[in-house]
Parts: sequence; structure tokens; C-alpha cells
Amino acid sequence: MNDVLQIIVKRLGLGLITLLVISIIIFGAVELLPGDLAQAILGQAATEETVAAMREELGLDRPAPVRYFAWLKGAVVGDFGNSLASGIPVTELIGPRFKNTLFLAVYAAIIAVPIAIMLGVLAALYRNSVFDRVANVLTLTSISSPEFFLGYILVLFLAVKNSLFPAISSLSDDMSLADKLHRVFLPALTLVLVVVAHMMRMTRAAIINLLASPYIEMARLKGTPQRKVITHHALPNAWAPVINVVALNLAYLITGVVLVEVVFVYPGIGQLLVDSVTKRDFPVVQACCLVFAATYILLNLAADVGSILTNPRLRHPK
Amino acid sequence: MTREKDVLLKVRDLRIEAFADDKWFEIVHGVDMTLHRGEVLGLIGESGAGKSTIGLAAMGFARDGCRISGGSVEFDGIELTTSPRADLRALRGARIAYVAQSAAASFNPSHKLIDQHTEAPVHYRIKKRLESQEDAMELYAKLRLPNPEEIGFRYPHQVSGGQLQRAMTAMAMSCRPDLIIFDEPTTALDVTTQIEVLASIRDIVDQFNTAAIYITHDLAVVAQMADTIKVLLRGDEVEESDTRTMLDSPKEDYTKSLWAVRSFERAQKPLPAKDEVPVVSVKDVDAAYDGVNKILYDVSFDIYAGRTVAVVGESGSGKSTTARVITGLLPQMKGEVAFKGEVLPPRYQDRTKDQLRQAQMIYQMADTALNPKSRICDLIGRPAAFYGDLKGTELKKRVDELLDLIELEPKKYYFRYPSELSGGQKQRIGIARALAADPTFIVCDEVTSALDQLVAEGILRLLDNLQKELDLAYMFITHDLATVRSIADHVVVMKQGRVVEQGPKDEMFTPPHDPYTDLLLSSVPEMDPDWLTTLLEERGVDNVGEAAHKHM
Repeated sequence: MNDVLQIIVKRLGLGLITLLVISIIIFGAVELLPGDLAQAILGQAATEETVAAMREELGLDRPAPVRYFAWLKGAVVGDFGNSLASGIPVTELIGPRFKNTLFLAVYAAIIAVPIAIMLGVLAALYRNSVFDRVANVLTLTSISSPEFFLGYILVLFLAVKNSLFPAISSLSDDMSLADKLHRVFLPALTLVLVVVAHMMRMTRAAIINLLASPYIEMARLKGTPQRKVITHHALPNAWAPVINVVALNLAYLITGVVLVEVVFVYPGIGQLLVDSVTKRDFPVVQACCLVFAATYILLNLAADVGSILTNPRLRHPK
Repeated sequence: MTREKDVLLKVRDLRIEAFADDKWFEIVHGVDMTLHRGEVLGLIGESGAGKSTIGLAAMGFARDGCRISGGSVEFDGIELTTSPRADLRALRGARIAYVAQSAAASFNPSHKLIDQHTEAPVHYRIKKRLESQEDAMELYAKLRLPNPEEIGFRYPHQVSGGQLQRAMTAMAMSCRPDLIIFDEPTTALDVTTQIEVLASIRDIVDQFNTAAIYITHDLAVVAQMADTIKVLLRGDEVEESDTRTMLDSPKEDYTKSLWAVRSFERAQKPLPAKDEVPVVSVKDVDAAYDGVNKILYDVSFDIYAGRTVAVVGESGSGKSTTARVITGLLPQMKGEVAFKGEVLPPRYQDRTKDQLRQAQMIYQMADTALNPKSRICDLIGRPAAFYGDLKGTELKKRVDELLDLIELEPKKYYFRYPSELSGGQKQRIGIARALAADPTFIVCDEVTSALDQLVAEGILRLLDNLQKELDLAYMFITHDLATVRSIADHVVVMKQGRVVEQGPKDEMFTPPHDPYTDLLLSSVPEMDPDWLTTLLEERGVDNVGEAAHKHM
């Protein structure tokens, strides 16, 4: 078990370093954006003196590395400064939004992951059958359509023509869970359609890849029924690639939802990011990007740990 | 043969087809087999003879891309070729079991041994899980596995290869089948481990009066195991008779040629002069892959020009690691490697082009050691161009010369891809590639172990001729003592990273020996069908294989 712990600690350290590098990139990228922030806030009519005073107030007159370290110091303790547009602390702004995004992501994941893995196993079991082909074509179609398009189609059929679900998914704190689930169903379904294909195809491929292994032939020669060969003999050895794709898709559910949130006017972090970019609200943009990066790194870390734990060689050392 | 009632398996005119290049073609052309209860039939032949395919067909099973296209397979009155799939499945594991060549690959890495053992009996409701577990422990004890109560609760990677092979035999026994197909069960094992597995298999097959088909390419092994032997060649039966008759007086020429394979043996060359500088000198080398856990301890030996040093030992004894140190792929922690008296830098990156040129390697798997996308002329031409600075017609001349050396006609093979060659031809290209650098020293890493005996013999003769012609020094890594006997001048025996014993071949094959060398030598199966029985009587069951290691 010590080996596993060691690997996890190592990966965690690597993750932190990656995050640090990304923070530099984010800061640098925002620095490179054209235009002057003070000018943007004050508008075209401002005099040179007021702009200069504003720059001083925002601390923009200090050199970039100094500002980076000041920002980093704050970020480490969770203080991302105040929003330039509204003056509210960035954490207060992002907090509830991120919670909403997580809610949507978890909702979609709970539906998508089991469906994808089940479809993958079935497609591997009945490969090259009609079922396999239909599943492949359907999931491929759903992944190839842009998600805003999928979203509007769903709205058209499930909200406008038959008003089963609301087309706009605004949330408020006093709603019950059931209410929320109902309200967020369409964006969640859109996301499910986008991510299922990838996970399903990887599950199918990972299993089929193993079917040529000698231990699968052995299982067959022991008279094991085909269903059990797949679920009991192939699947446990196929987890590593599957977990990695699942993690990648979960990360997408959190960081890639911008379009879906916009389509359904969902108060998530993606919308906040879009709004903040148009308002040149840099502290918020930087914080959002950092949250996205951290999500990616954490989920990939979880995937690594997951693949390690499914490997019997590492779980049960000699 | 009047025991018509006892007939368990009756195969008549079995034909099997394989699918390739968009059409089916026949690979087994009408084979007959008759097997009585409790009888062991040995199927023998080179690779591609269709042994495994026929063995699997006896279970009514055809691998993906194969099909049984004709004939009949009758098992205990049931016609398998026409039975519905569900009926066939119900026989497999329960009444006909299979023991695969590589137990390490054929046990599912994700499940404990005993869970894989109990799978079939529980599935067939022959036994409850706990009963079957107890039965497994009994079988483990019968097969003389260490800690039979506990070993089943380990995962495959936690158990050694020889133990796994016995655990697989136990698994085959789990439902007390009438017939077991053993498909090369000891081919992947070291000789000392092989003995133990052979003895266990023979024991248990006797005890339960199980019939068996024993598939192998090793005559000496089949001689110990089988009552009757059937020789196969490219999907055709050559001949069949009982073991002793087959060994004493084979009828067909092909069978005779198989028997004669081990005849190549060249005498040991005279010892080098006292003041001769060795081509390669390895001195007190320690090495580790991770810088901490040592794989080699104080390894020293010399290789002289025109001589062959055979490094023998079981897998994991450090043979290939030593070769990696010499070639600079794995820098040593301690000690030095000298080339004609000049100490080499440990890392190959620090060696000069000329130093690199002098030492070349030939690998075990010619299949994977040759780039499948390169033509022969490029495979051999690249090192020739790199080390010899040749271009254009000169380069072509050199490649032709090299092809001549390895006895392949240049015109015919110049533009071919590796996939258009046979296994032996590929290995010859591997040799030519090493020769292209014009080396003085070649490491041959198990170069014949993936080849059939006749082909292997050809490669050995070729290497021997090349040595005479070019005065090459060879380091011959092998676990096969027959190969050592045929080609070596000096033998180095390694065990767990140390040199146990070394000396000229003639001395090494005459007693007395270090106990480990003795164990290695005595473990090589001989053609005598009584060899195993006699050996077990002489040494006792606890003094062979892994058990014997403990006494050292």
C-alpha cells in the first residue's frame, strides 16, 4: 500500500506544480489583452489625470511580477481580490456560481457515466450486431452535433412543442431538490448527449481489446458464458482506460459548459466567465480560469489514482 | 485395440480452415485421433503444424478466424462439430479442460487463483464454493505447491511461473474432467521448473485416470508424458505409434530428421594462449536498474577472439542484464568492462563510434526486433552506411555481400519486407544486421529459442561458420543446455545475479559440479521414456525444481 501512497503523493506534488505554471500563464495571458483597464472602466470621456489616478488605485502602475506575486499570495489563501465591475469580493461572486455548475455537472454525470459504461459493455458483448451499430451511430451523431444546437433541439421538442421541461433553467435558493432537478433537466440532458459517446466507445474498445487475451480464451474454455466473460473477466481489466476517459469527460462537464449555460441562461460559472470577459473584469476572469485549471488537474489526478487502484499488481504487491 | 467401449475421443478426418486475405484456406487436412480413457496422446510437430488448433478442436472450439470445416469429433458419443453452442459450453471446463502454454497470461490478473479455480465447479453446480475451495487446496497439495492452504488466495502476479502452471493444472482438474488438453504447458518454463511441473502433471493424470492430449514441440518431454505419439507436419499426420516404438524405430523420414536434430555439436576450440588479450573482459561488475536493488553481483568473465562463451541460467538470473552492461545500455555501479584491454566508458553515449561498432547484438524475437516497415536492404544497409560510411553502389555491394554471408540470395531478398520472410530467415537478417557493422564481438540473446529445432540448428551452424570466417567472439545467452553443448567453448553458469561456476565446456559437462550446475544439467529432459521416472527415484521428489533450490 505504501507504494500506492507514494505514487499519489508524487502525483499530487506534480499537480501543484502544474497549477503554479498555469497560474503564470493565466496572469500573463490577461496581461497581454489589448486595451487599458482603467480607460475601459472610466470610458472614452475620462481625462488623462483621472485615468492615471484610477491606474494607481487599481495598483496597475506596479510592475507585472510584483502584481503576480501579490495576486498569487491572495489566491493561496482564497482571496482573489474584488471584482472591478461590481466591487464584490471575487470569491463571493464565484462561490454560488461554482456550486451551480457542480450541481449541473454531477447531475449529468450521474446519468451519463452508468449509461455510457452499460452501453459500452453491451456493445462489446453484441459487437457488430444491429444493437452495436445503432448505439454507435446514435452516440456519434450526438457527439458530432454542436452542443448549443442539441440544446435548442431539446428546447424545441421538450419545452416548446410539449412543455415537459422549462426552457430557461434559472435557479433560486428556496427551490426544493426535485424542483431543481426538473428545472435543470434539459441542460443536463444536453451534456449527457455530448459526453456519453466518448465514454461508451472507450469502454467498448477497451473491452474488445482484451478479448484476444489468453485469459479470456481460458475463461471461454472453462465454459464461462459470454456475458460473464465480458463483465467478470474483461471489464475488471479494462478499467484503467475507461476511468481516464470518464475523468476527462467529467472535467469537460465543469469547464466546457459555457455554451450550454448560455443557451439555458443557467447561473453557472461559465456564464460568469463570459460576462466578466466582456466587462474586462480581470480578477474574476483569472479566478475562473484558475478554478477550471484546478478542476482539470484534480480530476486527472483522481483518474490516475483510480487506474492505480484497479491494477492488482500495485494493489497487492508481491 | 479391442477396448472399443473405452474410447473417449474419436476424431475422424478433421479439417480446419483459417481465414486470411479474404478467403478460407485449409490448415488441417484430415487428421484422425482415437483416445481411450486414461490414455495420454502426445501431439508433436514444429510451429505451424496445427497442434494447438487440433487440440482446441478436440473441445469443439475454434479460435477467432478459424473454423472446423469437415470431419467429425466425437467425445464420449457426443458429436461436437454439430452440437449447439450451449451444449458445447456445458462440456468445456466440466468434462474437457484445457491447460494453456503460458499460465502467467492465461490466469486473469484481476482475480485470485482460487476464485478462478472455483468458477467452473460453482457455475456447473458440481460443488459449492467452499467445497470447491477445499478441493482446490487438496489439489494444490497433491501438485506439491508450497503452502497449499494459502497460495490460492494470491493474485497471479504474486506466484512464480512454475507454480502458476501447476495451479492451472489444478484448475483444469477442478471438475474432474474426463479429458485434459495440455497445450505446451512447460515450454515457457526453465528446465529445473519444468521437471516439477511434468512430474506433477503425470502424477495427477495417473491418480484420476484422466485422459490427456499432450501438445509439445519437445520430443524429450513428450517421451516422458505420452503413451502414444502422433507426429504432425503442416496440418497432416506423419505417423503415429506407441512411445517406445516411435523413439526406437521411427518410420518416416521427417520423424527421423526430428530425432536427429540434436546432432550438431562442434568440439571445443583450444584454450587461448596465456598472454592473449580477451576481446571482452567483464570484471567485478555490479548493476541495478533502479540504482538500489542490485541485479548483478561481482560478475567476471572473459571472451576471446573466435570463441563462444555461453552464459546459462534460469530466467531472472541476470544473463541479459550482463549483456546490457557490456553494450553500455545499463551502466554498471561497480567494476569495469574492457574491450581488447581498453576500459570502456560505462554509458554507451560516452563511447566512440568505433567502440560501438565493435559490439553488436542479435535478439531473441526477430519478429519484433526488425522494423516491419523497412525493406531488407534498408535494415541491413543502415548500419552498413552508418558505421562503414558507404553510399550508392558500394553500399549495395556490401548488402549483397552480407546477404551472401547469411546464405540468402541477394537478388531475391533485397527488396523484401520482414513480413515476407519465415522465422528463420528473419533471424538471419538479424544476424546480417549485426554483421553489417563489421563487429568483433556479438551478443546472441536466446537467438534460437523462438525457433523450431530444425531451423534453430541451421542458425547455429551459420553462426559457427561466421565465427570461423570472421574470427568473431560470441556471448551466447541461453537457457537451453543442448545449445550450449553444441556451440560453446566456455560456459558461465549464473544464478540470481552471480556467477556460480565457469570453465571450459568439456570440464563443465563432466562431473563433479557445483550443486546448482548439477541440478541444471540433470534437469534437461532426455529422449529416454524412463528418464523422468529414474530421475525422480534417484533424486527424490523434493530434490528437483524449485524445491531443490531451498536445499542449496
